[in-house]
Amino acid sequence: MSEELVFHFDVDGEDFTSAGQASVQIKKILRRLGLSPEIIRRVSIAMYEGEINMVIHAGGGVADVRVFEDYIELVLKDKGPGISDINKAMQEGYSTATDTIRSLGFGAGMGLPNMKRYSDTMEINSVVGEGTEIKMRVNIR
Amino acid sequence: MKISTMKDLLDAEVLCCEENLGRHVYSACGCDLMSDVLAYVKDQAVLLTGLVNPQVIRTAEMMDMVCIVFVRSKLPTEEMLNLAKDSGIVIMQTKKRLYEACGILYSNGLVGNKAKNE
Ligand SMILES: Nc1ncnc2c1ncn2[C@@H]1O[C@H](COP(=O)(O)OP(=O)(O)OP(=O)(O)O)[C@@H](O)[C@H]1O
Ligand SMILES: [Mg+2]
Repeated sequence: MSEELVFHFDVDGEDFTSAGQASVQIKKILRRLGLSPEIIRRVSIAMYEGEINMVIHAGGGVADVRVFEDYIELVLKDKGPGISDINKAMQEGYSTATDTIRSLGFGAGMGLPNMKRYSDTMEINSVVGEGTEIKMRVNIR
Repeated sequence: MKISTMKDLLDAEVLCCEENLGRHVYSACGCDLMSDVLAYVKDQAVLLTGLVNPQVIRTAEMMDMVCIVFVRSKLPTEEMLNLAKDSGIVIMQTKKRLYEACGILYSNGLVGNKAKNE
């Protein structure tokens, strides 16, 4: 029996103060599951960056986390404006964040590269005007 | 360095998780940009910052940090303190500015990057 564990989160895009809540919850869940601190840190940072992005760039979305025997899968989905040039968005330092977002401590253009760094695989599917879906995997062993 | 020593050096007031003042920390970072904390911090256990919003606490939690120092007398909200309590993160507040607070801790042996000094 290797039924995976599934966790679903609605990420509110209206309220910046709540951004990151889902990631804090996932971190607690992974701790309870007894995963190694290194894996927990990688998963939670990748998820946190993605969650913040959905709030500041896409008006919120949903996050699904599945824990399999060998890996953890994160899927972040939003109905935001989409990303027109993914290669550009993946570059360190590229950001379209406004001054308001910067004054809140984000918008350095480091989130997507950081998600790539902390995950073992990352796939971005984005359609301008429709939304963005990001799938990441972190191997457990 | 013990967190309680940091408190004395910075003439700081502890706002939550006093029970963890006995913990030892080996490196710190000073930053107002959470993006950079997420991208560049490695094992720094202490964050000194002038930014005050719940993402500061959540970012520290993601990075497994154990103490946050708010500089220039910035006061966190009740909501932020509750988040910190939930994670056992010591929160303190000092009148000193970021540069000065970092300088005091650094010159007393709390480095920026632990790996370099080992
Ligand atoms: N979910 C999304 N929907 C639409 N655009 C996005 C989304 N995520 C990222 N982007 C675009 O890609 C750019 C780069 O994202 P990235 O996370 O690397 O940087 P940032 O969010 O601007 O700053 P940081 O992550 O350092 O706080 C963003 O500025 C934005 O234009
Ligand atoms: Mg980002």
